[in-house]
Amino acid sequence: MKRIDNRPDGGQLAVRVRGLVKHYGETKALDGVDLDVREGTVMGVLGPNGAGKTTLVRILSTLITPTSGEAVVAGYDVLRQPRQLRRVIGLTGQYASVDEKLPGWENLYLIGRLLDLSRKDARARAGELLERFSLTDAAKRPASTYSGGMRRRLDLAASMIGRPSVLFLDEPTTGLDPRTRNEVWDEVKAMVGDGVTVLLTTQYMEEAEQLASELTVVDRGKVIAGGGIEELKAKVGGRTLRVRPADPGQLRPLAAFLDELGITGLASTTVDTERGAVLVPILSDEQLTAVVGAVTAQGVTLASVTTELPSLDEVFLSLTGHRASAPQDAAPATDAREEVAV
Amino acid sequence: MSAATVTPDARISPRAHLRHTGALIRRNLLWIRQDPESMFDAVLMPVVFTLLFVYVFGGSIGQALGGGQDGYVQYVIPGMIAMMSMTLSQGVGTGFSQDFNSGVMDRFRSLPIGRGSVLFAKITVELARMLFATTVLMIVAVLVGFDIERWGGLLAAVGLSAAFASSIMWVFLTLGVVLKNAQSVQAMGFLVLFPLQFGSSIFAPTQSMPGWLQAFTDYNPLSTLADAARGLMVGGPVAHDLWITLGWSVAITAVMAPVAIHKFRTKS
Repeated sequence: MKRIDNRPDGGQLAVRVRGLVKHYGETKALDGVDLDVREGTVMGVLGPNGAGKTTLVRILSTLITPTSGEAVVAGYDVLRQPRQLRRVIGLTGQYASVDEKLPGWENLYLIGRLLDLSRKDARARAGELLERFSLTDAAKRPASTYSGGMRRRLDLAASMIGRPSVLFLDEPTTGLDPRTRNEVWDEVKAMVGDGVTVLLTTQYMEEAEQLASELTVVDRGKVIAGGGIEELKAKVGGRTLRVRPADPGQLRPLAAFLDELGITGLASTTVDTERGAVLVPILSDEQLTAVVGAVTAQGVTLASVTTELPSLDEVFLSLTGHRASAPQDAAPATDAREEVAV
Repeated sequence: MSAATVTPDARISPRAHLRHTGALIRRNLLWIRQDPESMFDAVLMPVVFTLLFVYVFGGSIGQALGGGQDGYVQYVIPGMIAMMSMTLSQGVGTGFSQDFNSGVMDRFRSLPIGRGSVLFAKITVELARMLFATTVLMIVAVLVGFDIERWGGLLAAVGLSAAFASSIMWVFLTLGVVLKNAQSVQAMGFLVLFPLQFGSSIFAPTQSMPGWLQAFTDYNPLSTLADAARGLMVGGPVAHDLWITLGWSVAITAVMAPVAIHKFRTKS
């Protein structure tokens, strides 16, 4: 079987994309994307709605063909060797792509048979994966009766039937509540532990940090930044410290005090009256310590201090100078998600 | 890791094709089990239409035919077989459209299976549904007084209408892939079906129709299918209509099957 050349650092490439372009009439969904994913790693593709993330996944999983450019997955060319490629990939779409009318077990058995497992093996594999994704009790129920989280887990299980070497996860937790999202994350982490290469698209910095080791930030069909998570976070400018005083009356005085304090590199604070907190942008642990120290010295009693990652919007603002194109969908992960009910 | 141990084969063997199609047929049958209401049309249509036509129009058309209501039963039942082959074929398109909107088609298309398997499975199950509906029709037909004179002819008529139906299903599959949702498929299907069904010899002889309409009904495959079924089941000339119907079936399949598979393959 044809394999790709080793990279200088030793890791083989599971995904190699060069100059990928996809036009829909006038719209450039992808406008020259380059991307490398090393075997056994998790690549996060971060971007707002309409950035081209789903188009990229659909090309790499042979559902659509690119206008130009090349892409190789697990050693197979998406255009010249789609059949071989399909045998070694798994796909979990943005909208859980299971057959809702079929029971969980039947869904997995069907995929097993379509992947040329014998009846016996398909049965065994379905049972095994239901067990692993904690769906055994719901095996006989139609997937339409499943909760959002169960459906995603079934979808993940379905994409694991053929023991893929490359797994595409297209916004695996969009629309899930925080608890369910954590469940899905745990499952994805377990899969990565098995050595699968994962390409994950997401709108949430938090999700990328939880799962990915490397990030590619896309916007309007172009890659605008890439690299390790830490590297990128440093580029974007650190975290937000959320300081909540026990007495809400102290919010504004506290904010004014911190602004006056002017710890080096500190941008100005903002007040979140709704949640009774002062938001302080920080760049380092030293700054965090300094802020907490100063507040304590001031004699203010604190109810909580938490740090937050920058939201996608903030990442975009610092990388591109403009806001993410679809702000209502690209809301900060930690704030907006809690209100999403499924 | 696993990439190094599997040796994928680009070709899909005929046995694998059968296996894939079989697995997908099972899926479509499970749909029916899960949602028995989806069989309502196959049960009710033959009952309702037979009673409607026999008792509402049967007397007067039958009189014109010279045989009364009983004569009309012998006339209209073979026509109903033709009608159902067309009407039930439509379901194949609406179901297909739903599949695409649910995302499950993306999963199928990302699997190493022949693209035709999904379509063949759909057609097979739809034909089975049609045979079921035809059985219901024949039971109702006998109850309202239809005389099955030639069992062989009946089987041949059912076979012919199944052949024609499977060709029409490729048209509806194409619509199912191309149109945005199930409602559009249904609306479109209705627009195509209605004139074809009533502008034919299914329900009434065409002799009394104006000349321009007769020109249409003569070429309408539903007329030839109905006339061929009539000839086979109750006697009369068969060959001419039989060959024209078969010709239509082959021609429609030859054109529309590649189109449907192509559209399915390249749907973005």
